[in-house]
Amino acid sequence: MTGRVSLPVICLGILGFGILYVPMTVMILFSFNAGKLVSVWSGFSTKWYASLLTNEQVLNAFGLSLFIAFWAATIATFFGMMIAIAFVRFGNFRGRLALSSLSSAPLVMPEVVTGLSLLLLFIGMESVLGWPAGRGVDTIIIAHATFGMCFAAVVIQARLRDFDRDIEDAAFDLGGRQPFVFFSVTLPVILPAVIAAWLLAFTLSFDDLVIASFVSGPGSSTLPVVVFSKVRLGVTPEINALASIMVGIVAASVIGGAFLMRRRLLKSDHD
Amino acid sequence: MPRHLLMLNRITGANGRRLLVAVPLIWLALFFLLPLLKTLQVSFTTAQRSVPPYAPLWGFDDTGFFTNFTLDNYQLLATYWQDYIGPAGNSIKLAFFSTLVCLIFAYPMAWWIARSNAAWRAVLLVLMMLPFWTSSLLRIYALIGLLSPNGFINAMLIWLGIIDTPIRMMQTDFSIYMGMVLTYLPLMILPLYAVMVRLDDDVIEAATDLGASSVGVWWTVILPLTLPGVIAGSLLVFIPAVGEFVIPALLGGPDQLMMGKVLWTEFFRNRDWPVAAAIAMLLLAILTVPIIYARYQDGRDDRDADMPTGAS
Amino acid sequence: MAPFIRLTALTKKFNDVVAVDDLSLDIDKGDLFCLLGASGCGKSTLLRMLAGFEQPTAGTIEIDGQNMAGVAPADRPVNIMFQNYALFPHMSVAGNVGYGLRRAGMRGAALAERIDALLKLVRLAGYGDRKPKQLSGGQRQRVALARALARQPKLLLLDEPLAALDKKLREDTQFELVDIQERLGTTFMVVTHDQEEAMTLAGRIGIMDNGRLVQVDSPRTLYENPKNRFVADFLGMISFVEGRVTKATSTALVIDSTPPITAAIDQQRGLASQPEKGAQVTLAIRPEKISLSAVATGAVNEIPVIVEDLAYLGVASNYRVKTADGQMFKLQQQQSRRASKPLEWGDAGFIQFDPADVIILP
Repeated sequence: MTGRVSLPVICLGILGFGILYVPMTVMILFSFNAGKLVSVWSGFSTKWYASLLTNEQVLNAFGLSLFIAFWAATIATFFGMMIAIAFVRFGNFRGRLALSSLSSAPLVMPEVVTGLSLLLLFIGMESVLGWPAGRGVDTIIIAHATFGMCFAAVVIQARLRDFDRDIEDAAFDLGGRQPFVFFSVTLPVILPAVIAAWLLAFTLSFDDLVIASFVSGPGSSTLPVVVFSKVRLGVTPEINALASIMVGIVAASVIGGAFLMRRRLLKSDHD
Repeated sequence: MPRHLLMLNRITGANGRRLLVAVPLIWLALFFLLPLLKTLQVSFTTAQRSVPPYAPLWGFDDTGFFTNFTLDNYQLLATYWQDYIGPAGNSIKLAFFSTLVCLIFAYPMAWWIARSNAAWRAVLLVLMMLPFWTSSLLRIYALIGLLSPNGFINAMLIWLGIIDTPIRMMQTDFSIYMGMVLTYLPLMILPLYAVMVRLDDDVIEAATDLGASSVGVWWTVILPLTLPGVIAGSLLVFIPAVGEFVIPALLGGPDQLMMGKVLWTEFFRNRDWPVAAAIAMLLLAILTVPIIYARYQDGRDDRDADMPTGAS
Repeated sequence: MAPFIRLTALTKKFNDVVAVDDLSLDIDKGDLFCLLGASGCGKSTLLRMLAGFEQPTAGTIEIDGQNMAGVAPADRPVNIMFQNYALFPHMSVAGNVGYGLRRAGMRGAALAERIDALLKLVRLAGYGDRKPKQLSGGQRQRVALARALARQPKLLLLDEPLAALDKKLREDTQFELVDIQERLGTTFMVVTHDQEEAMTLAGRIGIMDNGRLVQVDSPRTLYENPKNRFVADFLGMISFVEGRVTKATSTALVIDSTPPITAAIDQQRGLASQPEKGAQVTLAIRPEKISLSAVATGAVNEIPVIVEDLAYLGVASNYRVKTADGQMFKLQQQQSRRASKPLEWGDAGFIQFDPADVIILP
C-alpha cells in the first residue's frame, strides 16, 4: 500500500467498497440456501441452480440476451470507431457539432425516454414502411447498438488521442496508403481499446432492462426482463442463483481479462 | 495545426471522410433524434383504442386534411400536478442528494485508488469496476434481499437480539439513496480517478512546504484541481438518476415516486401513450440545462484535445 | 547539371504564421547535409514538406529533376528516420524493416534476403524476430534507420538522430551514420538543434532562423567565417567587441577600443564592403584563438584583463575575463604541462590574439 493516503480516507474507501460488495456477497451466499428465504440460513444446497438448468424460460432468455448483445456490440463498436476517428482526426469538419451532440446525449439520457421514443419510432416506421414488422430481436439490437456506439466512441476516442501519429507517418512514408495503413498499423495498435469498447457495449446490452422492455415483442424476452418479472413476485433463492450465475460469468471474464493483460505485459518484459 | 487534414484529403479523398462522418450521423439522427421528435409528436395526440393506441397527429381523409393536435396531455400534467410535477420535483431532489452521497463515498475511494502504488491500484480498479460490469438490476435485487423487513439485515439484528421488530428500510429515501450509490458509484469514481491520477505530487508538496495544513492543502490545491472530475462525475450521475426507473420501482414506495416510474406506469399500466410521451418531454425539459452544460464541458475538452490552436 | 535536390523559394504559412520563408537551397548527390537551428526556426516544417506531409504555400521542391508538387509521401523517393523512431510496435524487427519493401511488391526469398542485408548493414543481424519493446534505444534507432533505407531513397531525412542517445552511444552512432552514408552514397539530410551533432556529421550545414536560411557552408567555414552575428553566436563560443574604425587600410583596420584592436582583412573571405574610417563594426574572436598569460609580451592586440570566472574541463579550461572598461572575453586554454602556474579567479593577466584570427562582422 502507500503512505500517501491517510487512514480516514482508507476507512471511507473500505466502507464504500463494502457498500458495493456486501449486498451481492449476501445474495450469492443465500443462493445456496436450502430453505426458501433469502435471510435465514437453512443449510447448504445447490437445488436452486439445478432447477434453473431445466427452466426453459430462463435458458431461452439467456441465449437470446447473448445473441442480441453480441450483434449489438459488434455494430456499436464498428460505428463507434467511425465516430472516434472522425473526432480525433478530422479537425473541425462539417457536422462536427451535430455528431458530437448526437453521440454524447445518449450517454446521459434517461433510459425510459430512450426506450419510449424508440418504440414510437419503430411503430411509426412500421406503419409507413412496413418494417420493422412487430418488435423483436432486431429492434432490440438496433436500440442497444445505438446507445452502445456512443459508449464505444468514448473508449476508442481516448485511445486514439494518445496514439503516436509518427507511426502512421512512417507507414505513409514507406509507401503505404489509406485505408491499408489504418488496417495494418493503426488498428492493431489500438486493438485493446477496441476490444474494451466491444466488451463494454456487450455488457450494456446484456444488462439492459428498461429499453428492452419497451422495444421487445412477444417471444423476445431478454434475461433482465425475465428476472425483473420474477422479482416483482418476490425475492427467492432461485432468483439469487440466477443472479449469481450472471454475476459469476461477468466476474470471471473481467478477472480473466485482467489476468490476460497482466500476463501479456509481464511476458513482454521478460523476453 | 491540421497536419493530417491535407494528408487524409490526398489519401482517402474528401468523399471517404464524408462517408465516415455521414454513416454514424445518419444512424444517430434516425435512431436517436427522430424518436425524440416522434415522442414530441405523440405527446400532442390523444389516446384511443387502436393499434397503436393513439390517434394520428395529422392525415387526409374524405373531408381533407385533419389534425388531432391537442395540448390535453400537458394540461393533464398541469392539472394533476401533484401526480406529475410532484414526482418531478421528487426526482430532482432524490437525484441531487444521491449525487451528493455518491460524491462523498466516491471522492475518498478515487483518491485511495489514484494514490496507491501500481500493483495495488490495478487490483482496486478491477474491484471497483466489477460491480459496474454486472447488471444494475442484479445489484438492486441484491439490495432488496438485504433491506427487506424479512431481509438479511433485519434477520441478523433480530437474531442478535438488538431489535424486536424489523426496522423499515425499504421504500424509504434511504433505500433509494443506497440503490443509487450501488448503481452509480463506479460512474462517479471514474472521472474523479482520471483527474486525480494526473495530479502532480510536487504541487501538493509545494503547498505543504509553503505552510499549508492538510485541510488547507485539500481546500486550496487538491479540490480546485479535481473539480473538473467532480463536475463530470456529478453530471454523469445526476442526469440519468433523474429519470431512473428500476430503483424507485423496486426500492421505493409512494413517497419516493420518480418520473421514470410515473412514465412506466402511464405506458404499461394505463396504456396512455400520449401522456407517457408528454412525461418524457417533461423529463427532457428538466434535463435540458444539465445536458447542455455537460455537452459544453465535453466540447471544451474535445476542442482542447483534438484541435490545439497554433503551429507546432 | 542541375543539383540533385533543389528547393526554390519554398514558403509555408500556417494562417498568419510563416514557418518557412522564401527558402532556396541546393544539395548535391551524396551530400551529408545538416539543417541546424533552434526550436521553432522552421526546420521541422521544412522536413515535413520534403517528405510530403505538408504542402508548400509557395515554391518548388525538385528531387533528381522531378518536381514533387502533388506527390504523396508514399510515392516520393524520400524516406524519414523519425526522432522517436516510430517503429510499428505490433510488428517484429523484420516486419518493420520489410514494410516498405512489401509495399513495393517484394515477396518471398528476395524480400527475406534484402531484409537480412539491411539488418547486417546496421549490425542487427539475427534480431529479425524481436519486437521493438524488447530492444534498447540504440537498437531501435538502428531498426528505424534500416527501415528508412530499405527502399533505397534518393534522399534520407533524419530528424534529430542523436537526440535520444546518451553521450557515449552518441559518439559511436555519429561515426556509424557517416560510415553508412559514405558506403551507400545516399544523400542524407539531418535536421537538428544540436551544434555538435551538426558539426560532426555534416559536410555542409545550413543554419536556419525564423524560417530562413542564414548561412550555408562547411562546418569549418561556418565556424571560422560566420557571415553575421547570429551565425557567429550560434556556433560555439565567441567574444564580441564593438567599436568604431579609427584606421582602415586594404589589409587591416583598427577600432577605438581600449587598447585599440587590430583586425586583418582577408580578401579571400570576401567582406561585402570594405569598412571605412568612422564606420561601426563588430569584431569577433573564437576562444581558442585567445591566449592568456600572466605577463605581457608587447605583441599586438594584447589587453590587460582580470579573470572573472573559470571552468576546468580537463582537456582545457574556459576563462571569462574582463578588461578595464568592462569588455568581456571568453577564451579556452589547453592544459599544457609546460605552462607556468595557471591563472585563478581574480588574477590579473594579459590576453592576446592574432589580427588574422579576428572576424569582422557587418
